[in-house]
Amino acid sequence: MAQFNLNVNGKTQQVDVDPSTPLLWVLRDHLDLVGTKFGCGIAQCGACTIHLNGTAVRSCQLPVSAAEGAQITTIEGLSENGDHPVQQAWMEHDVPQCGYCQAGQIMTAAALLQQNPNPSDEEIENAMNGNICRCGTYLRIKAAVKTASQKL
Amino acid sequence: MITSNKLNRRSFLKVSALAGGGLILSFNWLAGCKPEEIEEFGLPKEWFRLNGYIKIGENGLITIMSPNPEGGQNVKTSMPLIVAEELDADWKNVVVEQAPLDTDNFTRQFIGGSQAIRIGWIPLRTAGATARQLLINAASQEWNVPAAEITTESGYLIHQASNKRAHYGKMASLAATLPLPENVELKDISEFKLIGKSHKNVETKNIITGKPLFGIDYKKPGMLIAMIIHPPAHGMKLKSFDDSAAKNLPGIKGIFEFKSLQDDYSRTFFDTVSFTDLIAIVGNSTWQVLQAKKAISAEWEPIQSYEEKRDQFGNPTTRIVPAGLESEESQRVKMEAAAKSPRTFRKDGNPEQAFQNAAQVIERTYEAPFLSHNCMEPMNFFAHVQGDKVNCAGPLQKPELTEQALSQRLGIPVENIEIEMTRLGGGYGRRSYAHWLVEAAVISQKMNAPIKLIYTREDDMSGGIYRSRYHANYRAALDENNQLIGFHVIAGGLPENPLYPDRFPAGAVDNYWAEGWEVPSNLTTGSFRAPRSNFMAAVEQSFLDEVAEAAGKDPIDFRLELLKKAKTNPVGERNDYDPERYAGVLELVKSKSNWGQTPAGISRGVSAYFCHNSYAAQVVDLKVENGEVQIDKVFNAIDCGLVVNPDAAKNLCEGAVVDGIGTALFGELKFNQGIPDRMNFDQYRMIRSKEAPKEIETHFVESQEDPTGLGEPAYPPVFAALANALYQATGKRFYNQPFIQELNG
Repeated sequence: MAQFNLNVNGKTQQVDVDPSTPLLWVLRDHLDLVGTKFGCGIAQCGACTIHLNGTAVRSCQLPVSAAEGAQITTIEGLSENGDHPVQQAWMEHDVPQCGYCQAGQIMTAAALLQQNPNPSDEEIENAMNGNICRCGTYLRIKAAVKTASQKL
Repeated sequence: MITSNKLNRRSFLKVSALAGGGLILSFNWLAGCKPEEIEEFGLPKEWFRLNGYIKIGENGLITIMSPNPEGGQNVKTSMPLIVAEELDADWKNVVVEQAPLDTDNFTRQFIGGSQAIRIGWIPLRTAGATARQLLINAASQEWNVPAAEITTESGYLIHQASNKRAHYGKMASLAATLPLPENVELKDISEFKLIGKSHKNVETKNIITGKPLFGIDYKKPGMLIAMIIHPPAHGMKLKSFDDSAAKNLPGIKGIFEFKSLQDDYSRTFFDTVSFTDLIAIVGNSTWQVLQAKKAISAEWEPIQSYEEKRDQFGNPTTRIVPAGLESEESQRVKMEAAAKSPRTFRKDGNPEQAFQNAAQVIERTYEAPFLSHNCMEPMNFFAHVQGDKVNCAGPLQKPELTEQALSQRLGIPVENIEIEMTRLGGGYGRRSYAHWLVEAAVISQKMNAPIKLIYTREDDMSGGIYRSRYHANYRAALDENNQLIGFHVIAGGLPENPLYPDRFPAGAVDNYWAEGWEVPSNLTTGSFRAPRSNFMAAVEQSFLDEVAEAAGKDPIDFRLELLKKAKTNPVGERNDYDPERYAGVLELVKSKSNWGQTPAGISRGVSAYFCHNSYAAQVVDLKVENGEVQIDKVFNAIDCGLVVNPDAAKNLCEGAVVDGIGTALFGELKFNQGIPDRMNFDQYRMIRSKEAPKEIETHFVESQEDPTGLGEPAYPPVFAALANALYQATGKRFYNQPFIQELNG
C-alpha cells in the first residue's frame, strides 16, 4: 500500500492503495465516483474512459501510480451542472437506452471535440469506434457529437 | 370504457429501507423545460398516497411509481406516462420513482417477452383514472358541487359553473382518505394528450452525469466486495483448491467453497445455472479481491451425468444432464444424428405428395452458433443477510421468480426478502437467470456482512447461459405455375429446439410440415433477445427470399401473395398471426423504401416477421467493397399497435437493428473440450460505431389497437434482410452465422 495524491475533478484527494491498482477501481471503490464504469477490464470497451490532462484514456489500464500529478476528469466533473455541450447534445438526441456505456461515450466525445472541434463524420466514427454500445445507440451518439460540435 | 377496479391502497410493506437517502428521483422538468415552470412545484413537504402507483404532494407535484425493472426499454418513462395520461397530470410536474418488488401492488414486474406495455396497458391506465376520480370526489366534497360537474386539466380540478379551480395537491390529503371508486372510466384514445407524443427519457440526465443508478454502483457502509471462481469448462466441477498464496494478501477477508443451489432443489424455469460449486473470494476492495482470485489455484474434475429436478411452472419434472466435455465437432455429430429423427409438430395437407408432384424443389440448410448476451454491466448483486432477513439490490429481469430460489436456498420466507431493483446495464435475457443473486446472498450469510458480488467479463462470458446452437433444414415445393404447394421445415438445436410450428408461412401453404428436434447438453442456455425467433426469422426469411427468386417473383409480392391466401383461405386453425397486419408492415416498408427503385450502387434485401405480438418488416441497403460491408440505410416498418412514446420507440427499433446486424455479422461462441473460445471483447466481436448503418428510418403503422411489445420484434427479421441484401451484393447466399466468415472466406 502507498499514499497517492490525486487531482480529480479539480480537487486533490489522498488515497492509500496498492500502486498497481487501476485508476478505475480507485475512482469507484475509494473515491465514490462510480460514473466511470467497469466493462471489460482490458481496454476493449471504453466504458471506463476518463480524461487524463484532457486526453481520453482507459482508466481500467492506468495504474494509480501513473495518474499522480495529472489532472483527472471523470463524468462527474465534466461540467458543473451536467451542461457540457456534449451532455446537452445527449439530452437533445435522447441517446441512452440502458445507459451503462454512455459516460464513457461522452468522455470520448468530449475529448475528441476538445482536440478537433469540427470533426468530419469519418473522424467521429474513428474516435468513437473504441466504445461499445451493446444497445446499439451508435447513430444517436454520432448525431449528438455532430450537434455538440456545431454548438462549440 | 368501464373497467372494474382491482387496485388497493395498501401502503408498500416492502418499501425498501435500502433506498434511504440515496434515492435518485427522475424529474421530467430537468429534461428541458423552462426554469420558471420549475419554480411553481418544488419538492413538497408532504406526500399523500392515492394508490400503489401515485402519491401527490400538497403543492401539486406528483410521484408516479414505475413498476418494472428498467434495462433500456424506456419503460421507466413510458409506463408512468400511461398512468399520467389517465390521471390527467401535467407531465412536467411528475416525478418518477422506481417501485420496489411488490406483487401486491403491481402486476408482472418483469423484463421479458416485450410484454410490459401490453400487459400494463389497462392496469396502468386504471391506476391513473382511479386517482383522478378520487381527486374529483374530494373536490366535490370540498366545493359542495356534484362530482359529475368537475373536470380536470393538466393537474388541475375545475368546476366551471362556480369558477373554482385547484391543483391536485390541494385535494390530495382529502382524496387519500376517501373510499376507492368502484368503477372508473378510461379515456377514449382520441382524448389522449400525452400518449402518442414523444417524451424524453426521465433518466437521461442522471445517466449522462454519472449518477449511481446501476447495481454495480450500489454501496452500503461496511460492504465487502466478493467474486467467484467457477470451473473453466462446462462439464467440469471443483475438486480442490489451494488458497495459500491468496488468503494473506492485503484486504482479503475470506476465501471459501460454497454451493449456490442445492443438488435436490427443484429448479424453476429461470433457475438455470451451469456451476453450483464455486469458490468465493471476499475482501475490502475490487482490486484486492481480483489479485487474490488470480493467486488461487484450483483442480477440476469431470462431472458425472446427473438428474436435475425441474419445476416447469408447477409441474415437477426431471431431466438428465449428460456428462462430457463438448466441442464444436462432437456437437455437430450429435446434432446431425438428432436431425434424422425429428418429431412432427404440425402437418397440414399431404406434404409428401406435394414434394413428389413439384415442378421444382428448393432445399437449404442453415446454422447459427452459440451467442453470449454480453450486457455491458457485468453480472453483480448486493446482498445483506441478517438472521432471517435479507436485503438485496441489483439488476435483474424477473425478481419475483428469483425470490423463490433465494428463499429456498437460505431457508428464509419470501416475506422477509427485500429486493430493490436498480437500473440494468442491459439484460437481453441474461438477467432473467439470477443465480448470482443466490450466490451473493449465500456469501453474505457466510461472511455475516453486506457484500456486493461482481463478475469479471470473463466470469460472465465463460459462465454459461448462452443462446443455443441452432440448425434448420427447409424445403419448398413449387408447381409448374410457380405456386408454393409444399413447405417443410425441420429445426433443432443444442440443447433447445427453436421451432414455432404455427407461425407464417403456416396457414398460407396447403401442404405444410413442421418438425423439430433437440440434443441434451450440459451447456446452459436461455432466453436471448426474441428467443428462438432470432434464429427462425433469420433463416425462414432468407429461405423465402430464395424461394421467391426460384418462382421468379418479387420477394415482397411473393410474401403478400402468401399472406393474401392466409387471410382469405387459411389452412389450419392455429395460425398465430394476423395476415392483414403482417401484410401491412410489408406494404409500409415497400412504400417508404421505394421498393423497386434501388439507389445506384446499392444492394437491398427485405424481411418481415411477427413475434411478441408485434409486426416488423425491414429493408436493408448496403454495399460490399473489398470484403467490407457498409450498411447505408435500414428502413423499419413496425406495427406495435398504438405507439405510446414514439421517439423512444424509434430508439428501441434502431438499437434492435444495430444489434441484429452486429450479431448476424460477428456474433459467435464455440466450445473446445467444454471451454468457450471467447472470454472477453478482444475475442468476441461486437458491432462498433463504424459498422453500424449510416441511417435508420423507422415508420410505425398508424393504429388504434392496444399497444404491444417493442423490445424484441424489430430484432429477428433484420438478420435476413441483411443476408438477402448481401446476396444481391455478392451473388452468394449466406447460410451460416456469423456471415463475416463466409463473406471473407
